[in-house]
Amino acid sequence: MEHIRTPKVEQVRLLDRFSNKSTNGTLYLTATHLIFVESGSNNSTSTAQEIWILHHHIASVEKLSLTTTGCPLVIQCRNFRVVHFVVQRERDCHDIYSSLLRLLRPVSYEELYAFSYNPKQSDQQRDEGWQLIDLGAEFERMGVPCDQWQLTNVNRDYKVCETYPRDLYVPITASKPIIVGSSKFRSKGRFPVLTYFYQEKKAAVCRCSQPLSGFSARCLEDESMLQAISKANHNSQFVYVMDTRPKLNALANRAAGKGYENEDNYSNIRFQFVGIENIHVMRTSLQKLLEVIGSRSVSMSDHLVGLESSGWLRHIKAVIDAAIFLSKAVTVEGASVLVHCSDGWDRTSQVCSLGALLMDPYYRTIKGFMVLIEKDWISFGHKFADRCDQLDGDPKEVSPIFTQFLECVWQLTEQFPQAFEFSDWFLLQIHEHVHSCQYGNFLGNNQRQREDLRLRERTHSLWAYLMSEKQMYSNPFYSAAYSESHPVLEPSTLPYHFKFWRNMYHQFDRSMHPRQSVLKTVLTLRENSREAESTLQALQDRLHQLGATPVVTSDPAPPTRDQRSNTLPPRPDSLILGAAINDKEVQRQANERQQQLQEEEEEEEVGQEAVESTDTERTVEGSSGTESRKQSYGELEGTYNSELAKEEPAVVSLEFGVARMTC
Amino acid sequence: MEFAELIKTPRVDGVILHRPFMPTVEGTLCLTGHHLILSSRQDNTEELWLLHSNIDCIEKRFLGSQGRIIVKCKDLRVIQLDIPGMEECLNIASSIEALSTLDILSLMYPFFYRPMFEVLEDGWNSFLPQNAFKDLETMTDEWRLSEVNKDFSVCASYPPLVAVPKGVDDDTLRKVATFRHGGRFPVLSYYHKKNGMVMMRAGQPLAGTNGRRCKEDEKLINATLRPGKRGYIIDTRAANVAQQAKARGGGFESEANYPQWRRISKAIERSNILQESLIKLVEALNDQSHNMDRWLSKLEASNWLTHVKEILTTACLAAQCIDREGASVLVHGTEGTDSTLQVTSLAQIILDPACRTIRGFQGLVEREWLQAGHPFHQRCAQSAFSNSKPRQEAPVFLLFLDCVWQIVRQFPCSFEFSDSFLVLVFEHAYASQFGTFLGNGTAERVKLSLPQKTVSLWSWVNRPQELQRLTNPLYEANSLVIWPSVAPQSLLLWEGKQQGGGGEVTTHERGPKMRARSVGPTH
Repeated sequence: MEHIRTPKVEQVRLLDRFSNKSTNGTLYLTATHLIFVESGSNNSTSTAQEIWILHHHIASVEKLSLTTTGCPLVIQCRNFRVVHFVVQRERDCHDIYSSLLRLLRPVSYEELYAFSYNPKQSDQQRDEGWQLIDLGAEFERMGVPCDQWQLTNVNRDYKVCETYPRDLYVPITASKPIIVGSSKFRSKGRFPVLTYFYQEKKAAVCRCSQPLSGFSARCLEDESMLQAISKANHNSQFVYVMDTRPKLNALANRAAGKGYENEDNYSNIRFQFVGIENIHVMRTSLQKLLEVIGSRSVSMSDHLVGLESSGWLRHIKAVIDAAIFLSKAVTVEGASVLVHCSDGWDRTSQVCSLGALLMDPYYRTIKGFMVLIEKDWISFGHKFADRCDQLDGDPKEVSPIFTQFLECVWQLTEQFPQAFEFSDWFLLQIHEHVHSCQYGNFLGNNQRQREDLRLRERTHSLWAYLMSEKQMYSNPFYSAAYSESHPVLEPSTLPYHFKFWRNMYHQFDRSMHPRQSVLKTVLTLRENSREAESTLQALQDRLHQLGATPVVTSDPAPPTRDQRSNTLPPRPDSLILGAAINDKEVQRQANERQQQLQEEEEEEEVGQEAVESTDTERTVEGSSGTESRKQSYGELEGTYNSELAKEEPAVVSLEFGVARMTC
Repeated sequence: MEFAELIKTPRVDGVILHRPFMPTVEGTLCLTGHHLILSSRQDNTEELWLLHSNIDCIEKRFLGSQGRIIVKCKDLRVIQLDIPGMEECLNIASSIEALSTLDILSLMYPFFYRPMFEVLEDGWNSFLPQNAFKDLETMTDEWRLSEVNKDFSVCASYPPLVAVPKGVDDDTLRKVATFRHGGRFPVLSYYHKKNGMVMMRAGQPLAGTNGRRCKEDEKLINATLRPGKRGYIIDTRAANVAQQAKARGGGFESEANYPQWRRISKAIERSNILQESLIKLVEALNDQSHNMDRWLSKLEASNWLTHVKEILTTACLAAQCIDREGASVLVHGTEGTDSTLQVTSLAQIILDPACRTIRGFQGLVEREWLQAGHPFHQRCAQSAFSNSKPRQEAPVFLLFLDCVWQIVRQFPCSFEFSDSFLVLVFEHAYASQFGTFLGNGTAERVKLSLPQKTVSLWSWVNRPQELQRLTNPLYEANSLVIWPSVAPQSLLLWEGKQQGGGGEVTTHERGPKMRARSVGPTH
């Protein structure tokens, strides 16, 4: 690659962000990644630490002034990883620095990783991956089209609105002239369309952009459009119109010929401001947050004051508050709601998708969550390319709107640990790939652009990849029965329920995390149990084949065999307990059966070979299974296993540095 | 005295009970000598049994002829009773007030409570000092069990038996006692098996302004050092506080007289400041404004998490000195009954896997809190709501439990007990049918004959059906030292503590593991 001047630099030190520790290693620069490999100081058996940083993930590179030990290079990533290298020779440092500067600012889409990434799939597999999520089927699932709502083809060729998808759903009574008229009265032509249909009450959630009302302008087509939305719902006399902006911002927009709906002009609407701040405020807020949490040895007080002054959690709460308002209006009052902000692709996407997440348990499953993102974010034209800074563009367009959405979802998973099929690892993976540009899903700003780029032919779909690893993202505490009994979530909005998402913003700062992870432990137990069960099954089948009578295991195992069974009594109402116990019991039973089997088979030698082969197979599967998980969780949860295995875990926090000095 | 004198209206019908996140119950309210009972007198409905001693304060309101009493409990629960009839309401309120502020120990409920369960093992005998010493003897012979305090004359807050270096005789101990605050001469708190280092605790030395010294004291603590080794004295007070203490006859060990010891000052706040912090925290939790910024600034202003961080850091430091530096440690503050115990007990949680089991934790609470003379009766007399003038109240023990919870959160598989066990211990420290936490020290407990006249909390806990409830299903014994992170990002607000308590804090559904309160299911 022409931009890479120095592909390899040795003797580079990686400084830990929050302690005085450092590791030595070699830095490699490739066309797609910056790679740091820890030099094998210990013997080759222990795995050396490797850090792979995708160029697209790099938000900024900074070269600090030369020190006695070398030239420091600080790299901030969009997935909130911060790495601090010290390169011995300034020349090398400068080479890396300038190469990175060029590499992290791609100017055309073709330079993005997605176009060169090749997971070795056939074209058919690639197509299947792209077909995994079908929005037409999703609207059918909601019960649309129906007697009040229909599919319109006005936007088949992106003629009415470029940033909308081709397929749009509108009220039956909204004729083409009404739609076209309404779109002319709406910012960027984004007229009101259906995004979610609450079948139980026939109430609709619609979205659009702000009206071009200025101080007095009105538009009869737009008014009849809202009328049509209202008429489509017999449950309620009126439609809520939620303007998700603070009132002041909406007022200011009037001067530019935009603004909000005048209640006098629209019959039967109820207008409501929600007060979510704009993209610039959100960008600044995140910057402040990162500054606060990035500073070393900060006191509790400074941390809380900083958290408050960043306003980040206040903004998160504002979004969730809005979603709760939406969900209550629809599910309790049975009213239809029209949501908009300025352009209707940032705050509107947040509120519509979160609202639907609260109302519909389907969106809380792994597949459903993908559908939700595909619908409210990708297809309705959230400007991923601009907001995530995919190409070298206007820095003022960058904003963590989608990150906020993911955080809101995480806050809900904390309040309802049983309601979501996925764990926060899933959210983190999505966040990772929204910025990685490794898959085609999030490239570009809208569907039309994606079609022009022929992404479906030239790139791969993230959803297919995530689906193939579904097991890793599952939340062991998920209960489908809970979802059935609690279809609508009613989260608390008391401030202390809103927490700092450490796993997101400190994902790569190992010292911040718990040393042991409940999630990981439970997943491991599950895996073990699954393996034990399949072994059991295999052995039983084998027995059948051999014509032997299966061993009857009606007599329970003597409790002395596994002492832990004494301290782990069954508690039927507990999910965690249930899982753990079952695992242990299953394991134990399986072990016993195996023993018994082996004993038996020692007598009749025929089956021995078979047993052995299953046995080895199992071990291989087992080890590879845990290994892959270790790698993938390694960075998130801290490799606690190796940590604990060392006699003296090297995790004393920086606090002790002070102590030592006093000593 | 008869309780009946205080109960003007023993029974009112048609009372409505409101509890946060639970259906209201209408029923009959009864007052007994020790309980406030509300029952709908139907099957399958929950009854409320509330100990008067659990009530921190009440508020009365009147809406026409109907009275309303808001009961705020020491375990941070808040409930509301709607009582028909002005007079009944007034009578009930004044009776509750009188009964909940009775300060006569011998009238407390534990003296009247008779267990409805079979006592398999008497908790009063489960954790005797002599048994703990037997374990110590298997590891080392450098210590002996001294009976110098058998009639509590040397130190009123120590138990009759304490472990001291073998080479130090009782006369020396008596002399040292006169040089330490409250007679609390240095005693063994923990022996680190791995390297034979020890942690001791004491009261502050009474050096005074003219720098009094005590050769015996120096001899005693030097006896714990290996030849050529240094030790650390961890003073839980800020350097200036320790300096000021000299003016009141206290002080610290001077460098000149204790050349083999390094002093480290860590600032853990004194009890009145901690009490204020708890009050502010609970106020913030009960703020109904739903305003994020206000919550964060109130949380910050309460300083609660700062205290948590400070205590944890000091405990880590003590553990580090012992395990990493291979040095012995002496911990003291002023009296040696509050912050000192927080540090010594938490350091043991970090260092000693045995303390992370249910039984081990009970032993730790017995050794380092009850027998070590933490004045539970004074500290837990009031909690966060009381508007009476604070005297000696302070959430010292609660902060300790909070710190334990923080470590549990960071090592969720290394503790045999679950959150609910910590909550249980917290509740019983403030109000209980068991005698375990009554009184201010062993001397008082002996005087009241608590072991004979009351039931121990441990007798109740150490039964299979209770242990089941309190066990952490993910527990796998971890024999290593566990170093928690004390970065602000790693510390959280303990929800179990306020759950149901602040009331509002309850979540709709908290996963089975998180259901912390015994108030009943929160679903």
